[in-house]
Amino acid sequence: MSDEIKKMIIEYVKKEYLDEDSDQEIKEDTKLISSGIVDSFSMVSLKTYLEKKFSIKLPDEDATPEAFDSVNNIIELIRKFGAKV
Amino acid sequence: MAYSSKARDFYSGELQGMKDKGIFKEERYIQSPQAASINVEYPKGAEPKQVLNFCANNYLGLSSHPDVVKAAHEALDSRGYGLSSVRFICGTQDIHNELEIQMSEFLGMEGTCLFPSCMEANAGLFDVVLTPEDAMISDRLVHASIVDGLKLCKAQMFNYKHNSMSHLEEKLQEAQSCRLRMIITDGVFSMDGDIAPLDKICDLADKYDAMVMVDDSHATGFIGKTGRGTHEYHNVMKRVDIITTTFGKGLGGATGGSVSGPKEIAEMCRQRARPYLFSNTMPPAVVAGSLKVLEILSKSTDRRDKLEKNTKYWREGLSKAGFDLKQGDTPIVPVMLYNAKLAQDIARDLYHEGIYVTGFFFPVVAQGQARIRTQISAGHEMEHLDKALAAFTKIGEKYGILGLKKDEIIAKYGL
Repeated sequence: MSDEIKKMIIEYVKKEYLDEDSDQEIKEDTKLISSGIVDSFSMVSLKTYLEKKFSIKLPDEDATPEAFDSVNNIIELIRKFGAKV
Repeated sequence: MAYSSKARDFYSGELQGMKDKGIFKEERYIQSPQAASINVEYPKGAEPKQVLNFCANNYLGLSSHPDVVKAAHEALDSRGYGLSSVRFICGTQDIHNELEIQMSEFLGMEGTCLFPSCMEANAGLFDVVLTPEDAMISDRLVHASIVDGLKLCKAQMFNYKHNSMSHLEEKLQEAQSCRLRMIITDGVFSMDGDIAPLDKICDLADKYDAMVMVDDSHATGFIGKTGRGTHEYHNVMKRVDIITTTFGKGLGGATGGSVSGPKEIAEMCRQRARPYLFSNTMPPAVVAGSLKVLEILSKSTDRRDKLEKNTKYWREGLSKAGFDLKQGDTPIVPVMLYNAKLAQDIARDLYHEGIYVTGFFFPVVAQGQARIRTQISAGHEMEHLDKALAAFTKIGEKYGILGLKKDEIIAKYGL
């Protein structure tokens, strides 16, 4: 289950943030924010996606760049707020 | 004493951290008026050096124009130095009202509300016109002042990949249930110098019933055939709803900003925008100088035409020398170097050659996109451009990057 969710989030990140012709690889531990793939401003799309997909609410104080810095971190965050993953 | 050694150690550590990362910004002291050629004391205490300036936003060369300076002097005599008030108490003179009328006329808008800066215009606008029921849909590379303004607003936030119209359309579809939608973009993007596709943006705005807001700070006065801005460049002068811009760049370079658009939007800013209500009015001398700038630009396109000619010459010269440039149609001409240290080293060597430019690198630009951003001015003469091209070529040769493409520069210097 968790692997499928990770794959789904990776696919979303690729589609939402990478150029169509990009061959950049994204893995579950790839740094997203600190590497510059996702900047703190455009992070809002990912937050909205996760909230809708898992029917959860991620409080702004917890939706930090650190919490979004890898797919592994994201899984930990959404679990904390009730996502069944 | 509240400022304890613990507090001092904390801030010192933060500053040292910036120095260690190479992101600590040092200021250079200019001992002359802003112009194509300036006198600079750098490093601090050094004998001032005459250098050619290729990093100012002085696009039209009006920062020290004698007629603008004269108008400001006259206003000092006739209207005084400061007003010691915000606009709505006792900080509005006849010339503030006149500048708002002239700015609306220049941009082709119904109304204008002046702000102390465009930073404050962008900080104030969104919270005034959008609510949690509404959607703000912005390009991901908008200026930091817009990002801050959006954060202050409680409307639902969406953003799209830089200049990607298919991604913007997806976001407009996602936001269809919102009451009002506003597409938000820079007209000219300050780091890449590219122009937003406003014609396509306006088509999407019509299709999905959205307003269009443009920050034209790097365009007003010189983009478009009479310099009205990116809406003129794309032939959408009646289709862009709101323009924010600055008097601090092409329009004389002093300070001040504005929101122009439908008269209700301008009035809403006047009534409710916190940076308008709670910060001081523009000083009379700056208002009078700005009025003179608009008068100069409305009478003749000579300065924007010269800027266009200079830009073409500069782009062609750098390309011919073998530099890797971001392509575009604006006086912002980024020389791509990709490696942060290389950008800093080349900027330093150019300074020794008498050319003042700055290296930009992450986080100001994306990781691996380090560059020297050159900015052309109508104040540059051919001999300035030729001298700078010769210096760039000399330093480019020193680092062996002439004729190299992106992958080759990265192979040589890394990211």
